[in-house]
Amino acid sequence: MQPLSTRTHIALLAAVVAAAILPALVPDYYVQFAAKVLILGTLAMALNLAVGFGGLVSLCHAAFFGLAGYALVLAAPEYDEPSLLLTLPLAVGATVLVALVVGVLSLRTRGVYFIMVTLAFGEMLFFLFHDTPIGGGSDGLFLYVKPVLAFGETILLDLGNPVTFYLVSLAAAAGTWWLIRHLLSTPFGDALTAARDNERRALALGIPVFRVRLIAFVLSAALAGLAGYLSAAQFGFVAPQMLGWHLSATALVMVVLGGTRRVAGPLAGALVVTGLEEVLKYFIDDWKLVYGLIVIALVLLAPGGLQDVARLTGLGRRAGTPALKLKEANNVG
Amino acid sequence: MSMLLTVDRLESFYGPSQILHGVSLAVRPGEQVALIGRNGMGKTTLLRSLMGLVPRVQGTIDLNGSSIRGSKPEAISLAGVAFVPEGRGVFGSLSVIENLVMASRAGRNGKRSWTLDRVLSVFPRLAQRRGNGGHQLSGGEQQMLTIGRALMTNPEIILIDEATEGLAPLVADEIWKTLAVIRGEGIATIVVDKDIKNLSKVADRMVVMSKGGIEFDGTPADLLAQPELLERHLGLH
Repeated sequence: MQPLSTRTHIALLAAVVAAAILPALVPDYYVQFAAKVLILGTLAMALNLAVGFGGLVSLCHAAFFGLAGYALVLAAPEYDEPSLLLTLPLAVGATVLVALVVGVLSLRTRGVYFIMVTLAFGEMLFFLFHDTPIGGGSDGLFLYVKPVLAFGETILLDLGNPVTFYLVSLAAAAGTWWLIRHLLSTPFGDALTAARDNERRALALGIPVFRVRLIAFVLSAALAGLAGYLSAAQFGFVAPQMLGWHLSATALVMVVLGGTRRVAGPLAGALVVTGLEEVLKYFIDDWKLVYGLIVIALVLLAPGGLQDVARLTGLGRRAGTPALKLKEANNVG
Repeated sequence: MSMLLTVDRLESFYGPSQILHGVSLAVRPGEQVALIGRNGMGKTTLLRSLMGLVPRVQGTIDLNGSSIRGSKPEAISLAGVAFVPEGRGVFGSLSVIENLVMASRAGRNGKRSWTLDRVLSVFPRLAQRRGNGGHQLSGGEQQMLTIGRALMTNPEIILIDEATEGLAPLVADEIWKTLAVIRGEGIATIVVDKDIKNLSKVADRMVVMSKGGIEFDGTPADLLAQPELLERHLGLH
C-alpha cells in the first residue's frame, strides 16, 4: 500500500475537521444521519478488509454486527447506565470468539463455497436470535439507557448525547480506517494481498495463508462488532434483522460501490447507499425499484466504484492518469 | 559430504496419469544442477513435486536428512526450499518492494545473508522500479523480482523453472549472471532451461529427463561429449 501524499494528508485533515464541526452547523437530525453513515461505513470498511484485501466474500458480517449489538443489550442493566468500558470489550470479545469458530471452519473452503458457508453461519445466528427467547425473538430487545464512560461519579462520555455519540462514531470510523490502512502497510498486509492474488504462490513462499486469512477475518469481524455495538447504542434497539443476510448484502453493495481497492472507499459507498435511501424514500413511493436501478447503473458504468465516477466526471485526482501513478509509485521509498 | 536433497524412486501423478516414473536424484549443498529435456518429459512436475505442489507422490524426498514428501508447500518453503515458477508469479497488486519484503526471513541457520539492499544491488533494475506494481514490470523484470523474492527467504536450495524463457537476450544474460552469483553464495539450485550453452557454464551437473525418468546425470563436459544423447533427447546436433 502506497504512503499518502502531503496533499492527501491535508485533504484528510480538512475532512476530519469538517466532520468534527458538523454538529455545530446542521440540525440534530442530520447529525444522527451522519452518525448512522459513519457506523455503516465502519461496517463496510471492516467487510472490505476481508472482501477487497483478503479476497474473502463474506455473507455473515451482519451476524457479527448484530451479535455485538445483542451483546450490549443483554449485558446492560435494564434501568441503569451500562459501562462503555465493560460492555464494549464484552461485545467485541463475543464477536471475536464466534468469528474465530466461523473462520476456522469456513476458511477451509474457497470461492462460492466460502460465500455459501458464511451465509449459512450468518443465517444460523439470525435464527438463533429470531426463533429462541434469548434476545426477545422476532420482537427484539430495547436498550433503555445508553452506555456511558465514567470515571468515578464523573461521566466523561455519554452516548445518549447525540453530539457525543456522533463524535464517538467519527472516532470509530477514523480509527477503523487508520487500523486497516496501517495493517495493509505491514508485511502481514502484503501477505494477505499476496494470498488474494495467488494462494499457491503465496504458500510456496512459506506464507501461512490460512493463519493470515483467519487473523484478517477475525479482525474484520471485530470491527464489524464495533459498528454493531454503536448501532445498538444509537437506536436503543436490536432485532434479528441486524444479523440477517440482507444487511450483509447491503454492506457488500457499499463495498462494491465505494471501490474495493481503497480503505476509505466503502465509507463513501455507505454515504451513497444511505443517502440514496434517505432521498428516494422522501420523494418516491416505490423507492426500492429506483434504488435498484441506480445501483445497477453505477456497477455497470463504474465497475471500479465511486473513484471511477469521480474520474469520469473530472472530479477524480490527477493520480488517475497512468503516467502520474508511475511517477508517484517511483517516489516511494 | 552429506546430501542436501535426496530424491529416491519418486513417482508423481496428476489424477490417473503417472508423470514421473521412479526419479532418483541427489543434490549436494551449494551444487547447481541443470534439468533439461524436451517439453512434457516431467521437468516441471519434478520441481512441483519437490515443492509439495503435486497432490499425489510416492517415493522418497529428503531435505537435510528429513522427509519432506507429503509436507505442505509452506512447510517445505520454511525448511529452506524456494521456488521460482514458470510464468514468474509476481504478486501484481504489490509493489516491487512489497513483493520482496513480504518474503523476507532468516535462513535455517538464523542468518539473513540476503537483505532488501543486497537483492536490489544484484538487480539494479528492480531498484529503479521499486515503487512499481508487479503488473507494471516487463517479463525480464518480473523474472528478476521472482528470483530476488526467492533469495529474500534465504533458502538452501532454489528451484527455478524455465529461467530465461521468453526473455530478450540481454535480459537473459542478466539472469545467467545472477545464477553465477547464487552459485558463488553456496546456494544449491535446480534450474530448468533450454539454453544448454549457458546452463553448461553455470551448472555443476546436467540431468537429462525423458518420459518421466532420468536418462543422464553427469558433468556438462560428459554431456557435451555425447552428441547422440543431445540429439536424441534435446534435438541438438
